Amino acid sequence: MLKVENLTKMFGGLAAVNDVSVHFEANKINAIIGPNGAGKSTFFNLIAGMHKPTSGRIILDGEDITPLRCDYIAQRGIGRTFQTTNLFETATVLDNLIVGHRLRTQSGLWDVLINSKRLQAEEKECRVKAREALDFVGLSHVENRLIADITQEERKRVAFALALATQPKLLLLDEPAAGVNPEETVGLADLMHKMVANGLTVCLIEHKMDMIMGMADKIMVLDHGEKIAEGTPQEIRENPVVIEAYLGSDEDAAA
Amino acid sequence: MMFKLAALLTRPATKYVFILLALLFPLFAANEYQVYVMSLAFVWAIAVYGLNIITGYCGQLNLAHGGFFAIGAYTLGLLTSDYGWSFWPAFVAALLMTAVLGFITGVISLRLKEHYFAIFTLCVGFIIYMLLDKWEELTHGAIGVRDIAAPYGFGVVDFTDSVPFYYLVLAFLIFSIWFISRLSKSLLGRTFIAIRNGDELAQSLGINLMRNKVLAFVLSTTYAGLAGALYAGMVRFIGPEDANILHTFNLITYLLVGGIGTLFGPLVGTLSIVWLTQSLQFLETYKMILFGPLLVLLVIFFPNGLVGSLLLWMRRKAESMGVAKAPKASRVETSNSATGKEAENNA
Amino acid sequence: MNLFFQQIINGMTLGSIYGLVALGLTLVYGILHIPNFAHGALYMVGAFMTYFLMVDIGAHYWVAMAGSAIIVAIVAVLSERLVFHPLRNSPPIHDKIAAIGILLFLEALVQMIWGADFRRISSPYTGILNFDGLIIPEQRLLIIVGAFVLVAALQLFLRKTMTGATIIAMAQNRDGAFLVGIDANRVAMMTFAISGILAAFAATLYAPINLVYPAMGHVVIMKAFVIIILGGMGSIPGAIVGGMIIGFAEAFGGFYISTSYKDIIAFGLLVVILSIRPQGLFTKGAH
Repeated sequence: MLKVENLTKMFGGLAAVNDVSVHFEANKINAIIGPNGAGKSTFFNLIAGMHKPTSGRIILDGEDITPLRCDYIAQRGIGRTFQTTNLFETATVLDNLIVGHRLRTQSGLWDVLINSKRLQAEEKECRVKAREALDFVGLSHVENRLIADITQEERKRVAFALALATQPKLLLLDEPAAGVNPEETVGLADLMHKMVANGLTVCLIEHKMDMIMGMADKIMVLDHGEKIAEGTPQEIRENPVVIEAYLGSDEDAAA
Repeated sequence: MMFKLAALLTRPATKYVFILLALLFPLFAANEYQVYVMSLAFVWAIAVYGLNIITGYCGQLNLAHGGFFAIGAYTLGLLTSDYGWSFWPAFVAALLMTAVLGFITGVISLRLKEHYFAIFTLCVGFIIYMLLDKWEELTHGAIGVRDIAAPYGFGVVDFTDSVPFYYLVLAFLIFSIWFISRLSKSLLGRTFIAIRNGDELAQSLGINLMRNKVLAFVLSTTYAGLAGALYAGMVRFIGPEDANILHTFNLITYLLVGGIGTLFGPLVGTLSIVWLTQSLQFLETYKMILFGPLLVLLVIFFPNGLVGSLLLWMRRKAESMGVAKAPKASRVETSNSATGKEAENNA
Repeated sequence: MNLFFQQIINGMTLGSIYGLVALGLTLVYGILHIPNFAHGALYMVGAFMTYFLMVDIGAHYWVAMAGSAIIVAIVAVLSERLVFHPLRNSPPIHDKIAAIGILLFLEALVQMIWGADFRRISSPYTGILNFDGLIIPEQRLLIIVGAFVLVAALQLFLRKTMTGATIIAMAQNRDGAFLVGIDANRVAMMTFAISGILAAFAATLYAPINLVYPAMGHVVIMKAFVIIILGGMGSIPGAIVGGMIIGFAEAFGGFYISTSYKDIIAFGLLVVILSIRPQGLFTKGAH
């Protein structure tokens, strides 16, 4: 569903991402691994349109989305989460999620002024979508809690729900399991499986190798901005280049 | 007990009580001067509401706000005194002028992030001050603008009297708050708040940053223009000092005391500080000796302000008492206690 | 032609002062990512301290300058400890507002003690040097030479001492600096102290050919901000070059265009430049 062709991003004279081509299939969990500074986050930023590539193309379901601004790309169905998500600490979980569906609505200033039918309908719809997303990540019971009062793991799930409320086809997750304990990691992995079961395509960056190896359908390995390997967890584990460049030498991999 | 009192204060019906009190205020004011001060406080409050849109909801610290207030005042002042316009057409022109200039400034400045935006708007505020001070052919320079028309009462009321003018300002204030209450509940208001939480996150939610930021900025400058025009019609004499950067700092103080990003924070903050300084007249010249440390203490220990802290306390209290009944229209009352910098460092 | 050279001297004088103020501002920004709106107030306090030490205590110009530098350094360090340090993890809008709070307080305090009147500081160097028709007042020469010496001393400090090296390390990578065990608190205090010292020196050098009053910091701080945006926020050479650019633009603009609009030139320049290049003049890519 997502085809990346010869993607390159230069910062100054350095290639953060260098000639990467990859194909992510629909309804799969795709993982990107690599040592720190391998260009993983830049790769995400390129797909999401936050940075424009120096060269190469990004094709989503047959449409070239490379030149699009990131809000249009989000509307085309690419959602994402960040390593840390700033939420409105003193607002409720539900209030935080309502804006997630905003990109599928139209109402503007005039609707606000006259409190139009359209605005009312859209606000109702956004609320419904927010509740659905919250239900999906299993947090319906904290709907009315303040963000400031929920746990770290619940925050992660709220961030997922926010991305889900945009109704993405493809979800980019940047280190979803960072900072949560092993038990909770299992829970998050289950959640990702649930997303795929519901027709989403997931693509994640992750350092927790055991988690990746256990759940990814396909893994791409980046090193110094270049793709050095691609394949199933089994293939990656046995790939000598990967062992040499990444698993063998970098202590991050073990972490 | 405290909780019951607070619950009473936050009941939707309570606002009608306050409106009633405001309507009756001229009756039990000790003298006309108090009515005048109250009108002035309302004018400032309208300006603070404008600042709250761009800074409170949208998270962009705009230091040119006082400058736009002055542009509104000068537009009205110059059109009525030099060009013979009557009040209401000039009033509309003042709103349009601040909206248009706000749009131009916004399109240029809002491409800049955080610190750059704050510094840029600081400079814009200063340019406005300098132009008002130096462009003598247009603005009369340091002499200022005299003989500004009072609002025309269509033969029904005389707005040169302080009591009718008080009601005029009150009407505009109520309209201003009403609009913001609708805005803050709406998807548009939520969009602004999403931007405050972070540009990247907002973009990943498919929000057009520039369009929404510029819209918030234009709304805020128009509010400043509205307040400025009312101010000019009230004091009838303005000068370049009305664009002094200290006025912007005043507005920020009012906003912070009341509670940044809350619906009633601007009103509560403005009224309490204005009346506090009124009752401490001897401090007038040196009030900044108090304001300065007050600002610092507020952002360190009390960043939610009066209204924000009350609402937060209410929420927590309600939850701990197990009456977590969600208010029907859950307005997003927010305040900046997010861990913004940590995220910045982690990135 | 002489008038032209005269403007060069004027430009260098202004540029030296602006450069010194901007240097302190850019150092603090580079290390703590705080746009210190109170920096102009430090500059103003520096001038008043010199005034106080010279007029009320009767100290010599140089002694007063040193005393003023120490006092302002202490004020700067206190502001870091009491205000910016507690706010290091707050949202970015808070430290800016707190900086404004410090600015308001210092200004009001000075105004309460000395009033809002304009004051003058007399320097022992009132002579005028005449190089074949090119007239250079001694004080202006002192400013240019003084700024040069200060910048050189700062460079030596940053390059040759351990503390200086840590300041540079932290400016380049804040998180990395923590990892290798740099005492971030000490570096922060040092940086604020340096910024205060530079501001006090700049104010004392400039005061004899200018006026001293509580609001004197406003315009200077805003120009310093323009400078460090032009030069790249956090960049030391950028602050010096930017200072010179603004200094020359004002000297020549004031002379050839209009004196009354001379203060606007810097801001006009900023608006134009940021409209074309939102990331500043000398910075590459995103900040």
